[in-house]
Amino acid sequence: MIDAIQQLGQRSISFVLRLGAAGTMLISALFTKPTLKWARLVLLQVYQLGVLSLPIIVVAGLFIGMVLGLQGYNVLINYGAEQSLGTMVALSLLRELGPVVTALLFAGRAGSALTAEVGLMKATEQLSSMEMMAVDPLKRIIAPRFWGGVLAMPMLAFMFSLIAIWGGSVVGVNWKGIDSGGFWSVMQASVDVKLDIVYGFIKSAVFAFVIVWVALYNGYYAKPSSAGISEATTRTVVNASLLVLALDFILTIFMYG
Amino acid sequence: MSEKKIHFAVGCFILASCLALVLLVMQVAGFSFSRDQGSYTLLAKFDNIGGLKVRSPVKLGGVVVGRVEAITLDPDSYTPLVTLKMEQKYGYYPETSSLSILTAGLLGEQFIGLRPGFIDEDIELLADGDTIYDTKSALVLEDLIGQFLFSMQDKGKE
Repeated sequence: MIDAIQQLGQRSISFVLRLGAAGTMLISALFTKPTLKWARLVLLQVYQLGVLSLPIIVVAGLFIGMVLGLQGYNVLINYGAEQSLGTMVALSLLRELGPVVTALLFAGRAGSALTAEVGLMKATEQLSSMEMMAVDPLKRIIAPRFWGGVLAMPMLAFMFSLIAIWGGSVVGVNWKGIDSGGFWSVMQASVDVKLDIVYGFIKSAVFAFVIVWVALYNGYYAKPSSAGISEATTRTVVNASLLVLALDFILTIFMYG
Repeated sequence: MSEKKIHFAVGCFILASCLALVLLVMQVAGFSFSRDQGSYTLLAKFDNIGGLKVRSPVKLGGVVVGRVEAITLDPDSYTPLVTLKMEQKYGYYPETSSLSILTAGLLGEQFIGLRPGFIDEDIELLADGDTIYDTKSALVLEDLIGQFLFSMQDKGKE
């Protein structure tokens, strides 16, 4: 009994400690003075995290859009409302699936890579040798990765939504024969720039922030061993995905509730 | 990979994402920059607006000539007060015009149909802020069924 209470206390203290460490890391990453050299490092990370994630985003978006189109068509045709397929596909993608699925893929593709990279740097003591050379690893390693990820993910989400809507239109218009004028004009009548596109962008920016933060924290504070790195990588993907889904619910309440 | 190639790839990435955003805004949301060519507001009082919503279209012969901007309740008469944002490029309508709430199809969205009235020497055109009183409310299906049943009962008695 006493043991259990002790454990509870220990857990909560270590939770607060971890939160504090993550917060300190975040603040030092956020308030890095941008220089030209630093901008180059960010650009490299946009390449690593964004451009290299592009194939999986494009392929996943295409398939998700086509599945949405097909399933939506099969339901809507029963009500003679197949013209509304465009609305259904566009709204579900812009509001929910675009940001969320991109975030989940991003957590799996880029978040895990970030954690493993930073964790291995720590395990091989590259981070401590940087400190010996009076280079702050938070500024040299963490900050560019943070900003690179936060910049790259919303762009990926836009591309995901666009490709998926195109996939839905391919299935709906070209295969199932919905009138293309109706498909697009009904969609245009019901999609709103602020309510759908801007809010979707806000969602994906928040998700990017959370994913990159979780990934970098887990890498930076990983146990410096091969088992520790694998554990940290797993934790990144699991925690980031769960946080994204939970945050999505909360954001949706505020935006559309 | 050399730095130049990376810069080129990132440049393409940013261009592609900007293009995606523009396409989403233009093609999916149907946003056009030349839309706001000036507009004026009209008020309309209905008895019942049914399922009318903000941003529902106002149509004249099928052409969208405006949109519902706000729906409030007139506290004095307890009737809905609808604010309409009419596009100036379609001009002004005589004060004898009437509005009715119609439904697109059997189960579709509701919109406001505008029927322009006759123009005579002493008829003025509706200007910004004027109110249209000649309105027809939305058809409420339950009321219709009630009336139908009532008339059937009457017939049964005879």
